[in-house]
Amino acid sequence: MQIVVDLNRCQGYAQCVFLAPQVFELHGEEALLYVPAVPDGQDEHVLRASAACPVQAITVGEQAGGDAGVE
Amino acid sequence: MPSPSLSSSPSPSPSPSSSPSSSETLFRRITDYAHRADPYPLYAELREHKVARQEDGKYLVGTYDEIAALLHDPRVSSDVRNRTEPDPALLPPEGLPPAFIGRDDPEHDRLRRLAMRPFGPPHSPGRVDALRGDITRIAEQLADGLRDKERFDLVDDFAFPLPVTVICDLLGVPSGDIPQVHTWADTVVTGLDFTPGEDPGPRRRAAQEARAAMGLYLGELAEKRRRQPTGDMLSALANDGGPDGQLTQEELMVSTVLLLIAGHETTVNLITNGMLTLLRNPEALERLRAEPELMPRAVEELLRYEPPVQFLPQRTPLADIEVAGVTIPEGVPLVLVLASGNRDPLRFPDPDRFDPDRKDNQHFGFGSGIHNCFGAPLARLETQIALTTLISRLDGSRLLEDPPEYRNSPVLRGPRHLPLAQAQR
Amino acid sequence: MSSETRDGRRDGRIVIVGASLAGLRAAETLRDEGFEGELTLVGDEPRLPYDRPPLSKQVLLGKAGAEDCGLPGRRALDARWRLGVSATGLDPAGKSVVLADGERLPFDRLLIATGTRARPWPVPGEAALEGVFTVRTSDDADRLATALDAGPRRVLVIGAGFTGSEVASACRERGLEVTVAERGRAPLIGALGGTVGDWATKLQRAHGVDLRCGVTVTALKGSGGRLTGAEFSDGSRLEADVAVVCLGAVRNTEWLADSGLAAGPRGVACDAGCRVFTMYGIVTDDVFVAGDVARFPHPLFEYQLIALEHWGNAVAQAEVAAHNMVSPGPLRRPHLAVPSFWSSQFGLSVKSVGVPTFSDQVVIAQGSPEDRRLVAVYGYRGRITAAVTVNRAKWLEHYQRLIETAAPFPPGPGAADRLADLEPVPSDVPDPRVLTHGPTVALTGHLPDRRLTLIRPGG
Repeated sequence: MQIVVDLNRCQGYAQCVFLAPQVFELHGEEALLYVPAVPDGQDEHVLRASAACPVQAITVGEQAGGDAGVE
Repeated sequence: MPSPSLSSSPSPSPSPSSSPSSSETLFRRITDYAHRADPYPLYAELREHKVARQEDGKYLVGTYDEIAALLHDPRVSSDVRNRTEPDPALLPPEGLPPAFIGRDDPEHDRLRRLAMRPFGPPHSPGRVDALRGDITRIAEQLADGLRDKERFDLVDDFAFPLPVTVICDLLGVPSGDIPQVHTWADTVVTGLDFTPGEDPGPRRRAAQEARAAMGLYLGELAEKRRRQPTGDMLSALANDGGPDGQLTQEELMVSTVLLLIAGHETTVNLITNGMLTLLRNPEALERLRAEPELMPRAVEELLRYEPPVQFLPQRTPLADIEVAGVTIPEGVPLVLVLASGNRDPLRFPDPDRFDPDRKDNQHFGFGSGIHNCFGAPLARLETQIALTTLISRLDGSRLLEDPPEYRNSPVLRGPRHLPLAQAQR
Repeated sequence: MSSETRDGRRDGRIVIVGASLAGLRAAETLRDEGFEGELTLVGDEPRLPYDRPPLSKQVLLGKAGAEDCGLPGRRALDARWRLGVSATGLDPAGKSVVLADGERLPFDRLLIATGTRARPWPVPGEAALEGVFTVRTSDDADRLATALDAGPRRVLVIGAGFTGSEVASACRERGLEVTVAERGRAPLIGALGGTVGDWATKLQRAHGVDLRCGVTVTALKGSGGRLTGAEFSDGSRLEADVAVVCLGAVRNTEWLADSGLAAGPRGVACDAGCRVFTMYGIVTDDVFVAGDVARFPHPLFEYQLIALEHWGNAVAQAEVAAHNMVSPGPLRRPHLAVPSFWSSQFGLSVKSVGVPTFSDQVVIAQGSPEDRRLVAVYGYRGRITAAVTVNRAKWLEHYQRLIETAAPFPPGPGAADRLADLEPVPSDVPDPRVLTHGPTVALTGHLPDRRLTLIRPGG
């Protein structure tokens, strides 16, 4: 499972950090850092974080193109 | 199903019979207890006007885009001392500064950052997540205690004790003191009520006294923790400093009073409104029972559909601000009706439908902007766990009153009691 | 059968050249909007789409691996992926794309999303030294992170735009000594102007960066094929075992040289609906462009053609381009999104909306530079054109509204945290030619305060 955060939308409410502190991190007061490849056992946390994002900035999904045969 | 009996309501205020149904009386009608069970038609009326000036000079805003703009407008103050005529009900007790909810940046920012240090990121990122196990255990114990009861009150028997136990434990309030704390919190919230046609003086004085007593109590507790830290938030607030220094004793008192009241009075309603909404929407309830992983989104929808804070009564423009073609003058009371914005059909398709799968759900359930709810992550977690536990452990519950009896507050809106019956196995 | 199907909008063959953020989001939008035909994505890197912003942040800090930055799909894509092969030509009459391995991909409609690449160090022999890096691709970031892990004695960052500043920040956070060389007079001035740039100077120095402005690196020195140091235009020398070349980006348009399209070093020109112009300025109807490589007219900026190297622009423009590729004329949309971007460096969140370089003045409207919490608002001839926040992102949408409504500059009074004594000052936007780093917003028409028109031959 992969995540990407639209940091143009992000306003630093940090709900994702509260709900999935192994994946999301505040660097200083507002800058959000995250692990794009969701670590094992963190899927549920990440889905909760994504649901709770007040600006709906978190996209969660499988690697794009991962379902297709790649030449 | 028994019919609702609002006549037994503890709040005796009939609406003034002479009130014309113009947009100027919307605030009076919204705060009228008669509309507590369903204020949403009034909000729809408010949205037709976007900005509605009230007979007493207040300005109400109820459309999503306009509320969003004002919540992010740096010229909108949260400090009622900036009003031309400050409302005494909203002022802090004599001699104490307002808590950060009633301050503007940069002071708001400093106070909130200091209060956040022992609660969340960047300093304590894992604190709330670490409560998951405890909250689940408390919720399961409470729910198990209800299993064999034919009837129970969801508020007194579950929705109240869960968040109160959690917030008191987190802050460091001994469980023996909870009844006293609850009495104070109730008195403070009652003091915030808007009851048309009633002299608010006595209620407000009682509220100020309760707030001050609570502050003294928490201040003394913090003193004890300063000498003997016990790992709770009070101990951290009393002892730990950051780059911004420490909270002063007064700041600590008003900040912790705020956290304790907010942690008390809002999540109770969110959980109760949640169960009420699910019991009114059996299809959604069955889906959530079968697919508990949908609960986080369902709670977000609940925050949109039945937000625990219906409106923000304490904003004030620091300059003339034009909104939707109306100039809201500097210094007037500005009321942002979050629950109305949450039902704005221009923002949310089919807004009066409870849809646990709703996409793009950027609701105002916790406000938005710099004053967004401090305790939001805790309220989310508690409500997710509470509702999951209730629907998995108690099947066959049904409402005994619909609508139930509501609490008086139009701001912190929720049922006073939610009597439920259970099919006995 | 709907008319859309009969006129081929929902079927046929679509080729997307570029398999990064813009290409991916365009492909997903095509499927979302009902395109049922053959869809092919061509990418010159042998990787599925990945996200680049983390490469100069999380990855260099060692908090994530470069290979972990894959982009999540928004939906399943029934598409053919041709990865690890670049497009080398476009036959507009025959309507096919030519690939490096000789394959010809016929198309009914084409989307160009080839983006940019890192501008290399101009001396190939020096660029090839071990220890000299750029940061653009996943492999670049992986190699640089490995080099930083090894604990170099000093890192030289050449160019103090956003990428260079983020690299310097990561180095300092790792405790590495770092020197930043910038030909302009301050970091970030290409994007934010000199006034905010002066603030960035103080910030970098406070974090222990050896910042050298007003100089250029004249030579990279090596021994035994390894970088040993650099020489500067002021005659000074520096020992360094890692050099990171952050000279901005080069647009990937060479493959279009003989296509007859309006494609050149400044990008591929298109109309507001992402339709590409020919070299004669005639709009095509089957070739579209999106992302970093596009230059498009923006109404907020007097319809000048602008090119934006921004994550958000890649997504928004890809969505508009894809929509227009499968929609009949009256249902097409213009790409009007207000430009925005973010950076995080030295523990701060820096966000921008509008185009700060399209300005003549700037004012600190909220907060204070000393506290490292501020909102800087930019104006051009009396209207607000941009705002930049530092750890103040929650206010940004207010200023976006002011930009969208062409509100007067300076913003009116009333902000609770506005310091009274701060008046507007010149924003001090430099001519891009004086910078080491390329600006990430290129107003490819003229600069607003000096009516400069660049004429480039060919295209």
